[in-house]
Amino acid sequence: MGEPILQLENICKIYNQGEPSEVAVLREINLSFYKGEFVAIMGPSGSGKSTLLNIIGLLDRPTTGRLFIHGQDTQSLDDHALTQLRGHSIGFVFQYHYLISAFTALENVMMPLLADQGFPDAAMKARARFLLAQVGLEKWMDQLATKMSGGQQQRVSLARALAMNPDILLADEPTGNLDTQSADAVFALMRRINQQNGTCFIIVTHNHDLAALCDRIITVVDGQIQTGAPVSRT
Amino acid sequence: MKYGLPFEWIVAVRFLYEGRLQTLFIIGGIAIGVGVIVFMSAMLAGLEANFLKRVLTTQPHIQVVAMDQVARPLRDPRQQTEDAIIQKPTQRVVSIDQWQSILQQLRAQPDIVTVSPTVAGSAFAIRGEASRSVTLTGIEPQTYFQIVKIPDYLVAGEARLASDMVMIGFELANDLGAKVGDKINVSSASGGRQVLTVSALLDFGNKGANQRSAFVTLRSAQSLLGMIGGVTTLDVTVQDIYAAEIIAQHIASANQVVADSWIKTNAQFFTAVQAQKSTNTLIRLFVGLSVAFGIAAVLVVSVIQRSKEVGILRAMGTTRGQIMRVFLLQGGLLGFAGSVGGALLGAIALYYWHALARQADGSELFPLILEQQLFVYTAVLATLTGLLAATAPAVRAAKLDPVVAIRG
Ligand SMILES: Nc1ncnc2c1ncn2[C@@H]1O[C@H](COP(=O)(O)OP(=O)(O)OP(=O)(O)O)[C@@H](O)[C@H]1O
Ligand SMILES: [Mg+2]
Repeated sequence: MGEPILQLENICKIYNQGEPSEVAVLREINLSFYKGEFVAIMGPSGSGKSTLLNIIGLLDRPTTGRLFIHGQDTQSLDDHALTQLRGHSIGFVFQYHYLISAFTALENVMMPLLADQGFPDAAMKARARFLLAQVGLEKWMDQLATKMSGGQQQRVSLARALAMNPDILLADEPTGNLDTQSADAVFALMRRINQQNGTCFIIVTHNHDLAALCDRIITVVDGQIQTGAPVSRT
Repeated sequence: MKYGLPFEWIVAVRFLYEGRLQTLFIIGGIAIGVGVIVFMSAMLAGLEANFLKRVLTTQPHIQVVAMDQVARPLRDPRQQTEDAIIQKPTQRVVSIDQWQSILQQLRAQPDIVTVSPTVAGSAFAIRGEASRSVTLTGIEPQTYFQIVKIPDYLVAGEARLASDMVMIGFELANDLGAKVGDKINVSSASGGRQVLTVSALLDFGNKGANQRSAFVTLRSAQSLLGMIGGVTTLDVTVQDIYAAEIIAQHIASANQVVADSWIKTNAQFFTAVQAQKSTNTLIRLFVGLSVAFGIAAVLVVSVIQRSKEVGILRAMGTTRGQIMRVFLLQGGLLGFAGSVGGALLGAIALYYWHALARQADGSELFPLILEQQLFVYTAVLATLTGLLAATAPAVRAAKLDPVVAIRG
């Protein structure tokens, strides 16, 4: 499998440390992810899946433990460097609040490129258009984001997450808010892009049928990885 | 999406456009505040300009006259004994001591523009049965006209003086039944007497002046008023009108004369203008503050409303600095747009008020002065106010934790 693109070493996340309300949300997490993988993260509500995903995505910092991206330790990076690394290596898809309502579908997809380069240009537009075509929404590119259906919005946000051509795509319950048909379509799309581009997908989901289609399932229970245990039905 | 604009501008403009109702309301609020400032400042500038013009085109900036003859002991240089006490002579015209040398000295001063010697005193103008008391002023036309623009007040005849000519107020002419070219008899208490030809009728826009003014040559006035070789006043104009008082004080201390500046003689008007100005400054300050609070309030709400979008922008690689600039820009843009609206409102209000507000005689209350400078200043100031007001919300937006923003 070669070198992992992403490595977690003894990651712990403790909220309100030292206070009576102290909670250890993640405990001693050790994980590795490889190029081209399609991984599902499962587990009961409140088990720490989103927290884990946010730490992987450099949105949140672990209380202790280390996170390596392409072998680079992220601990010593300041906020600006983390933001840069995040922008270039990681794409996000969230369950809710998918898109920026003031912009069209095309502009939303351009946004990560624009934030990175500073000024819009024709190449940026062409890339956004290409990505929208990939998710089957080229016809809708000039539609305001908020005027689209949930499934369409989620496909736009998938296109946006791919804009910077990241190695890692993180999705927190991307289909959790969609009807079965749309959910299946979005999932199939992600799987196809994973196979085409070799992007590593890490998806938090409660959907066992979809999880069964992944390369690997990681189960988080009570802030810890459950190894070998069968996926519990929640 | 325009290709020329940077990321921050695009997002800021879109955010403002998306919340257009909020945006319009706050711009309206700023515009009203700025409009009041523009209107007041321009009107005040107009009133002041009008006042200055009135004062300074009908008056010298400094008048140098002889010292009051206060009662003082006469000294005999040898005996040190005192003679009789001299009472201040009433109604007597007194010549300035050594006026020729003072005149030369003043003319040599670089901060002084014009010096014009005049002789003034009371006299009688008689024509047929009619006789009127007049203020007789002897002038040197070429210098005096530079100070008081006599040709501007001309209603008949020519602004010209020779030794046998007189220019009089048109109401005085009416009272005497005289026209241009007619002869009138002028005599004074000191016994001087001369027949003069009316060369011009003048209208100063002031009834008293129109009924009493009579201008003759310096020489005629000197002989009529019995002051051969003397002058009562040196009229002075200066380079910088606001330095007039200081220059006047210098003149007075360097010579045995009294020198009054226009600032001193119009002290009341002057303090009134100053008071208006400080009131105006206070109003500006408070309008500025309320504009700042308005912008800050709108942006604070906007940051809260958009916290999820900010979180998503941060997740996709937007830096804190970029987020901060997006909100700072919104503040600046609101301030700028409000000031443009305010300038328009202020200008419209000025035009209307200028057309409506008239003096009793129908002439304008204030001249319409719309200086570009005022608009540029206002726009810059409002934009800066907007930026400043946006600082707190922008910092808040930049500090938003994306995890909290996205989860919440
Ligand atoms: N800022 C915080 N302070 C204290 N506790 C927190 C904070 N954020 C999250 N938690 C707690 O951490 C635990 C894990 O939350 P997390 O969102 O990661 O769960 P999850 O597995 O994603 O759940 P779900 O399936 O419902 O999305 C929860 O018990 C939550 O209450
Ligand atoms: Mg979650």
